[in-house]
Parts: sequence; C-alpha cells; structure tokens
Amino acid sequence: MKARNRWMLLGLVPFALMVLAFQFAPLLSMLTGSISKSGASGFTFAHYDKIFHSAYYLKAIKNSLLIAVYSSLIGIIVGLLCAYSITRFTPRIRDRLLMLSNMTSNFAGVPLAFAYIILLGNNGVFTLLFKQWGWDIFSGFNLYSWTGLVLVYVYFQVPLALLLLYPSFYGIRDQWREAAALLGASRWQFWRTVGLPMLTPAIFGTLGILFANAMGAYATAYALVGGNYNLLAIRIGSLVAGDVVNQPELGSALAVLLALSTLLAVVLNHKMSKRSQQFTASYASNPNLKRSRSRGRRQGDAVQEGVNP
Amino acid sequence: MIKSRSSWTHRTLMLLLMIYLLLPLLATFLYGFAKEWQTTVLPESWTLEWIREMFKDIRFLEALWTSLYLCLISIALSLAVMLPAVFVITVYLPKWETFMKGLVVLPYAVPGVVAAVGLIRTYSSGPINIAGTAYILIGAYFVVVLPYMYQGIRNSLLTVSAVELLNAAELLGASRMRAFVTIILPNIWPGVIISTLLSFSVLFGEFVLTNMLVGGHIQTIQVYLYQRVGESGHLASAIAISYFLFILVMSTILMKLGKKMNREVER
Repeated sequence: MKARNRWMLLGLVPFALMVLAFQFAPLLSMLTGSISKSGASGFTFAHYDKIFHSAYYLKAIKNSLLIAVYSSLIGIIVGLLCAYSITRFTPRIRDRLLMLSNMTSNFAGVPLAFAYIILLGNNGVFTLLFKQWGWDIFSGFNLYSWTGLVLVYVYFQVPLALLLLYPSFYGIRDQWREAAALLGASRWQFWRTVGLPMLTPAIFGTLGILFANAMGAYATAYALVGGNYNLLAIRIGSLVAGDVVNQPELGSALAVLLALSTLLAVVLNHKMSKRSQQFTASYASNPNLKRSRSRGRRQGDAVQEGVNP
Repeated sequence: MIKSRSSWTHRTLMLLLMIYLLLPLLATFLYGFAKEWQTTVLPESWTLEWIREMFKDIRFLEALWTSLYLCLISIALSLAVMLPAVFVITVYLPKWETFMKGLVVLPYAVPGVVAAVGLIRTYSSGPINIAGTAYILIGAYFVVVLPYMYQGIRNSLLTVSAVELLNAAELLGASRMRAFVTIILPNIWPGVIISTLLSFSVLFGEFVLTNMLVGGHIQTIQVYLYQRVGESGHLASAIAISYFLFILVMSTILMKLGKKMNREVER
C-alpha cells in the first residue's frame, strides 16, 4: 500500500475495537473464568472436575449430544431426499419452494415452540382431536419430553439441511447418469457408486452445521420446557443468568465444553466444504452452464442465512 | 436436467414437506383468530378480539418500539463501522480475508448461550460495568450481524469491481475519500440494503442474547412473546402472527431486491 494511503487503515480501528470488545474479550473471559477459583484468585480445574464427576451435568451433556445427533441425522435424511426432489422442478417452482423453506427456517425459537404447543401440547389441537377420535397410538406422546424436543428440533433442521444441500445436487451431471445407464447400471447402483460418494463431503459438512446448530439451540428448548429438561445450553443459561444461585465459573466451564463441540463440528464443515468445492470446481468453471454461476452464489447465501434458533 | 413435468414422487414429497413446514404456521395463524377451537379440525367460531387486544396492550407496543429502535441503532452502528472496514480490507488488505472468513463462521462455533456467558463475565464488573443495559446488547447485536454485513458488503464490492472503479477515479484525479463516497458507496448501496434488511430480520428474531443479557430490564418483542406464551395462548398467537407477517414482508422485499440486483449484474 502506498504511504499516502496509510490513513485509510484508520477505517479499521472502530471495527477492531468492536470485535475485540464484544467477540474476543468475552471468549477470553469465559476461558479464564472456567479455570479460575470461585470467589478467589488462582487457577484450578475444579469446575471441569466437578462437571465430569456430576451425574447431573454429565446427563445434560449426554442429552444435548443425543438430541443434536438424532435431530441432525433425521434432518439430513429428510433434507437430502427433499433437496434431490427440489432439483427436479423447474427453476420457477424451485425458487418458490426454496423461498418457503427459507422463510420457515426463520420460524425458530419462541414462536416455533409456541406453534408446537398449540398443535401438540397438553391441550393442543391435535392432542385433543386424537383423544376424541380415540387414536391411542399418540396418547403416549408428550411434547415436553425427549421425543417432543427431537420433533421440534427436526423442524428447524430440515429447511437448513435442504438449503445447504440442494446446490451440491447440481454437481451431479446428467451425462454421468446417462453414461451409467448406458453401461447397464440401475438407478440404485448409480446413486450408491457415483451419486452418494459425490455428495459425501457436502453431507458431512452439512451435518457439522446441523450438529452445531442443535447443540447451541437454546430459545426453542427454553420456551418449550423451560428449565425442566436437562440440556447443556439450558444448564449454562440457568447457571449464569441465574434462576437459582449464580455460578458463573461453573457456567463458563460448561460453556467452554459446548463451544468445543460446536467448534469441532464447524471445523468438520470447513474441511468438508473445501473437499466438496474441489469436486464441483470443474463443473462451476464451465461457462456454458449458466446455472452453475448462480449456484455458487446461492450456496454462499444459504450459509449466510444463518442459524438463530 | 430439468424435466417439464416433475414426477409424482417428487410432487408428493414436496407437498408433504410443505405441509410439514407450514402446518405450525397455519395453526398459529388460525389460533390467533379463533374464538373457540377444541375437538374440531378447524375452529368453531372466529373473532378479531385477540388482534384488537394486542394493539390495545401497551406492553406489546412498548416491546415493539424497543425492538425497533434497538435493531435500528445496532444496524446503524454496524453499518458505520463495517462499511469502511470491509472496504479497506477488501480493497487494500486482501490477505486479511482469511481472518475475516474465520470471524464470519465464529457465530456457528460460538452459539448465543456461550457468547452470553462471556459477555456477562466481561461486563458485569470491572471498569466497564454495562451489564443489563442497552449498550451490552448493542455490542452483542453487532457481533450477531457481523457475518451478514461482511458478506453482503464484500460481495457488492466485488460485484461492482471496486478496485478498478477506484483506480479509474484516481486516474481522473479524485481523492480516495472522495472516490469512496461518490463512486463506491452509491454503487454498492443495493447490496448494502439487502444485508441491512437481512440483519434486521435476524435481530428482530433474536431471543437468547436478549433474554440472558438484559431479559429482566429491557423487553424486546421476543422476550415479551416468551412471557405471554404462558398467559394467553390466543393473544400470543396474534403476536406471533404479526411478528411472522413482518418477517414475511421483509423476506419478500429481500428476494425482490436480490433478483433485481442479479438481473442488473447479468446485463
């Protein structure tokens, strides 16, 4: 950069200050908090020790992990099927469908929990209807339990999986399918040996995002079950913002553990998206295929759309 | 690639998906207008009472106002800080983009609960004691919208080829500052508006940080909705519906703008 343009760097100062103050300082404070003694100065691993020896917190971690894994797996399977389906429609209909799913992915958190309470809560419309019709299969269902939570989590995972996955289906070219068919492969064989392996990086990458999304989800569970269900995010919330007694250090230690799990998931996503870009790069650089250009942009958008349950 | 008629399997699958995704919305909508709704598929009688009550509720209007001005202040701040910063990084310091990309994915790696823990610890004691005030929330909101702002501004800068524009302007004798204000800003404006609207709808739906950082002191629309869920289901429905209609309008505008921009770029 030329010397006379050095002053342009001043434009970075407010940005650096804000990011330091509200992104890095809190993270650092959380890290130091998790290894400092409660109410005294000094350094200790007692909080981690306490967590790993407490059945209560271990249960919270286990619950969170299980719910994240289940909802991500269901989300990815449904998302994969629907993403394939959506690429089979004309662009006009496809864009409509995508807009609808994008819109519903905004419908998370408190309003979503509320909608499910209306539908399936104790006095929910369907709950009462099923009771009246005498459908006993559903009488064991409880929205405020594990199955209920998984159901609601899946709701916000599916649109996200769909939006993140559908662009990679355009990486599977029709010529390959035709070639495979000419060589005598059945549809199933084509997908098993060509299609799915091509999609694998995208699938694992999306799984990473879905997992992180479910691990960090707080609003939905909080609005649905309050403090009653033992989830990691909920425990952290109540330890820090304090319904009972504030134990910020213990909360910090739990938060560090939660951040570690989501960080790993995001790293997985990053690794996988690099690999999937290598796969599709040759296709995207082909100028004859106009769609591929908007595909790249759309993929960026989907990640950008973000997750805020 | 695209068949003129999609097969029945795909249609059924999409139909099921749409039913699944829209059913909760529809239920909330109906509940907001229902007078009596028990043991029937559709409500037995309708009423506008809940909507009326919602607008009479002073706490709702206050929460709406609080949400609006908090979002507006945060986004104005974000724009003021991000526009020059992203400009400098994209145009002069492309090497930093790796760092920025890391920063952009941080919100995924650091969920709201975790961020709130750190923020509370940092700002509830010590020299800057701003816990429970709007300041801490605005700071937190800044971080929440950072990825959207960065991506939006950066993409627009790249689309209008900011570097070439600047070089041309400099060749013609304009100072860098002048070039930024009179050439770059007007050109990237549509993209900036899109990221602004997107950020706005994200912030409007923010609950975790708001509730944990300032929940007891400041009521945004989400916090208010949370408190109302336990009290009156119908009223909460009406609120949820109006919130959602707002988001709907936003995303429609977003899509229209996005399409318009794409068309202009392709031309």
